[in-house]
Amino acid sequence: MRWIGSKPERRQRVYFANHTSHLDFVVLWSVLPPDLRRRTRPVAAKDYWQSGLRRRIAVNVFHAVLVERGARHPADAASAASQLESARFALDVLLDALDKRYSLILFPEGTRGSGEGISAFKSGIYHLWCKRPDVEFVPVHLSNLNRILPKGEFLPVPVISHVVFGPPLQLDETESKESFLKKAHEALDALGHA
Amino acid sequence: MNYKLDHQMFWIANGIFVGLLAASLTGLALARIVKSEGGQATVANLNARIRAWWVMIGIFALSFMIGTGGSMLLFAFISLLALREYVSLIGTVRADHRTLFWAFFVFTPAQYFFWYEGWYGVAIILIPVYAFLFIPTRLVLAHDTTGFLDRAARLHWGLMVCVYCISYAPALLTLNIPNYQKQNAKLLLFLVMIAQLSDVFQYIWGKLLGKHKIAPAISPNKTWEGFVGGVASACALGTGLWWMTPFSPLQALGMSFAITLMGFAGGLTMSAIKRDRGVKDFGATIEGHGGILDRMDSICFSAPLFFHLTRWIFVSPHPTWFH
Repeated sequence: MRWIGSKPERRQRVYFANHTSHLDFVVLWSVLPPDLRRRTRPVAAKDYWQSGLRRRIAVNVFHAVLVERGARHPADAASAASQLESARFALDVLLDALDKRYSLILFPEGTRGSGEGISAFKSGIYHLWCKRPDVEFVPVHLSNLNRILPKGEFLPVPVISHVVFGPPLQLDETESKESFLKKAHEALDALGHA
Repeated sequence: MNYKLDHQMFWIANGIFVGLLAASLTGLALARIVKSEGGQATVANLNARIRAWWVMIGIFALSFMIGTGGSMLLFAFISLLALREYVSLIGTVRADHRTLFWAFFVFTPAQYFFWYEGWYGVAIILIPVYAFLFIPTRLVLAHDTTGFLDRAARLHWGLMVCVYCISYAPALLTLNIPNYQKQNAKLLLFLVMIAQLSDVFQYIWGKLLGKHKIAPAISPNKTWEGFVGGVASACALGTGLWWMTPFSPLQALGMSFAITLMGFAGGLTMSAIKRDRGVKDFGATIEGHGGILDRMDSICFSAPLFFHLTRWIFVSPHPTWFH
């Protein structure tokens, strides 16, 4: 674990990271110092984490914020509209957590990738920044966690992995959605090569 | 239990303690004397290494006191950590996942279990034959043929070096040597001491006199002066320690020579792998030393030969050509 360009501080932050394994939020959350850990909540997908045991783990142990994720290909105008509705609601849930002075752990790719490269970010993180521009957005690069427990596996293998915290994003007030997402993506990608 | 702590062991333990104490004091003195920047970095690394030696020897001694099982457990754990460093470094793909699980959690414990139970016949072929056949079979079932032979070979090589070869060290405890019953712990200690001290002596001689590089493309720190001085010092020490082994002084010299040569081969081979992967150390588990594999590389290569030499000459019924 390394901190480059930022320190573990008690200020409100959104840690955003690449997503390759179930272990991601567990590891990211557990490498934070204990006092920060208590004030930091991972954001998890409701459709995946809402049933039985998973929910108990996510909500009781990690104090996760569960949000809806939209369908990837809305079939018609009506479902596109309802998706927009649920995205607004998801944003409200996150804003609510931020207003209670919690920091958040966010995976803006929206789903677990193969581990070879970072896919495009969903726009939710941009909307979050629009509403709460004073919160620090800190990129966190996770490597090798997909080799410990890849998507679709349930038995872990002990591979050495790394967590690298980067400097907070430097943003202008006028940042457009595209440029925000590009900056965030590039910051995370650069950490992977640090 | 195949050994007990006798009075010889007491003297050896004292010797190690005094030796380490001397090393620590020398390190302290050097830290005061050396002023140049490069020299200070070397001394800081030296002192970190010495501190780590205290810890490693402490763990080693503790497992010794528990008996054969304790030593087997310790080396099984070392194998797991070594394999972990190896796998992390060489890179594997998604389709290797379940095969890796077998390597870590089935083959590694099984290898040490068979040694512990004294099933010599199984222990010496489990990984060379059966893991060799199992790994490609399990990989085929994952339906990914990209780099197939390469992936299978890498995995098998890792199991051979990190598990099979290292397991020969505690396997020394299972040998039944006439007139040396219940003393095998000293044999294991002899192997570990000669292999590790040979590395240490090569390091010291290299730092003091080293000029002519042996293999600059592989390991820039290895010099002929260090190699000759280190091997000679370790062999002299090994000969002087003949009384703790079942060997005569001359045999002890031969064994020490075999251990140091194989240890050197191991160090070079592992360096070549690190070079190929573009890293200096296998990990950062042991302060100043790097990873577990950086410390075990000489044992990996010397343990099998030392075990078999000892077994052929001192245990099994001698073949007719031997007399």
